[in-house]
Amino acid sequence: MFRWFHKLASLKNFYRLAEILLPWLAAICAILLVVGLYRGLFVAPTDYEQGESYRIIYVHVPAAWMSMFVYVVMAFCSAIFLVWKMKLADIVAEVSAPIGAAFTFLALSTGSLWGKPMWGTWWEWDARLTSELILLFLYIGYMALRSAFDNRRTAAKAAAVLALVGVVNIPIIHFSVEWWNTLHQPASITKFDKPSIHISMLIPLLMMAVGFKLFYIVNMLSRARSVILEREANTAWVTERVKENRL
Amino acid sequence: MTDTLLSAQNLAVFRGEHCLFSDLNFSIAAGEVLQLHGDNGSGKTSLIRALCTLLPIEQGEISWRGAALPAAREQYFSEMTYSGHSEAIKGDLSARENLSFTASLRGTAEASIEQALSRVGLQDRADLPCRFLSAGQRRRVTLARLQISVAVLWILDEPLTSLDVHGRALVEQMIASHASGGGAVIFTTHQPLSLDGCDVRSLELTC
Amino acid sequence: MLASFIALLKRDLTLAARRRGDWLNPLAFFVMVVTLFPLGVGPDGDLLREIAPGVIWVAALLATLLALDGLFRADYDDGSLEQLILSPQPWSVLVLAKVLAHWLITGLPLLCLSPLLAVVMQLPAKALPALLASLMLGTLTLSLIGAIGAALTVGLRRGGVLLALLVLPLFIPVLIFGSSSVIAASQGFAIEAQLSLLGALFMFALVLAPMAIAAALRISSE
Repeated sequence: MFRWFHKLASLKNFYRLAEILLPWLAAICAILLVVGLYRGLFVAPTDYEQGESYRIIYVHVPAAWMSMFVYVVMAFCSAIFLVWKMKLADIVAEVSAPIGAAFTFLALSTGSLWGKPMWGTWWEWDARLTSELILLFLYIGYMALRSAFDNRRTAAKAAAVLALVGVVNIPIIHFSVEWWNTLHQPASITKFDKPSIHISMLIPLLMMAVGFKLFYIVNMLSRARSVILEREANTAWVTERVKENRL
Repeated sequence: MTDTLLSAQNLAVFRGEHCLFSDLNFSIAAGEVLQLHGDNGSGKTSLIRALCTLLPIEQGEISWRGAALPAAREQYFSEMTYSGHSEAIKGDLSARENLSFTASLRGTAEASIEQALSRVGLQDRADLPCRFLSAGQRRRVTLARLQISVAVLWILDEPLTSLDVHGRALVEQMIASHASGGGAVIFTTHQPLSLDGCDVRSLELTC
Repeated sequence: MLASFIALLKRDLTLAARRRGDWLNPLAFFVMVVTLFPLGVGPDGDLLREIAPGVIWVAALLATLLALDGLFRADYDDGSLEQLILSPQPWSVLVLAKVLAHWLITGLPLLCLSPLLAVVMQLPAKALPALLASLMLGTLTLSLIGAIGAALTVGLRRGGVLLALLVLPLFIPVLIFGSSSVIAASQGFAIEAQLSLLGALFMFALVLAPMAIAAALRISSE
């Protein structure tokens, strides 16, 4: 009986903790994003090779980093869920998927926007963009599988297995696409791999990167709170909160 | 005999988000027969599937010969057999082929197949693809499968489905002789079963 | 353990022999898809020769995908899957037997038919060994990876399209190395790198996939 209570308590505690953290994290996130964007778009110097269009990296690069990061978080949580049956881990994996997919989509669309002035086409079969596209497919598959089950418990376990299979495959897919790309177009310019980046360009990039990470955490926490409320709808603490009108 | 085979402590099983039963305790020893009672939807099938480790339990523990179950699965599977709603019979294979597959999975001698077939009265139909058998005859194939699985514990979900009077007598006979031979049976049924000379206990599932 | 592996293999092959449509249909699909390309892009020999490796490989991949849906479906529907899970044999060994049987009835015929399609697509004869070797290793790997998806979706009423969504991204590395080995061979280059990468993928899948399939089937039979 103790374990049962313990499980409930941890979701309840998480709900409380997220409630306290959210406003602070959201504020820091907003500041970082605004300052980072301003410094990136207006203050940072123009790139001598790519002109102004390079500035899209302030959105593209953090989004691309996050797209991978979120998948790894999902897979990590899935492993915890499968091994220790921890409900919270499943909830985090569940709510992370759409956010990760959104980051992936953002990285893809900004990459495509960047490609127009640089390559003269909206879509270039560049290795990184292609990998990113396949990552989007993996996210779509994950979300489709999860929503296909009527039983949420089965859905959680099946999705967790898929996330683990996916994370094992991501490096392989990445390598194969890289390999395919060099094979077919050996002379193509790869993006953003300059050996050094000027410090005035780097600082806003890092600010954006941290801002994006916080954006993910804020988004994830608030989504997780909604899911917890839904799953715990029949418990005493939720009923009490509803009565007191403080959700 | 007080050799406890299967025991369940504080068992709780959910279907979706709905709790079917909780704090269920029982055990079954060699030579015992346990009949599960309950209305439709009370969770008899879920309990049976949970006892087979097919359905995860929400809470509690099931143990086989004293060892907690998911871990002691290997030992358990070699000593139990399950017969559920679905017959698990391949329509394109004959009764004999279906049984011989079970026999090789469980390491049973081929000779016992003939014996089992004649026991359930299918020796004349043994080479007909099972899709040409009637529902009751197919059910009899599953009874023959019980016979050749040489298991200590039989877990049967509605074994009387589509069986005629003789079929029912056969099931009664099989359960009684299995129990008197030191085996154990857990089963559900909606039809009255006369198991004379058997130590039948019953477990009522209520919501 | 070996006896049960062989028994399951034998059972599935017997079933396939008695129900030919199950494996003949994907094969016919494979031929038809390849036939569509000359009709779609025109009968120009040079163009066909150029796209042949990719076309044959993509068609093989789609045919494998089509056949995958039925891999565990029948056993799931008639309750055999539960009986297999509850058998005293190691579950991943039985899973491996099912996948191997599936490959023998879908992958192997595909392999046998591919030279014919190579001729139709004007693929030079010197690329034929590469096509066969890469399809051999590749379809085995596809069966293993695809079986994970089939196991995850077997309990769903309309698993077919979902299965494609789940496994197609995972098929990409096999497609890349497979078709590139045929391209290299048709241009007269060495194909050791591609084949050893395909071999590595196969070994990797052989070690890890049965665990994932076994776990997924347990989840699906809940």
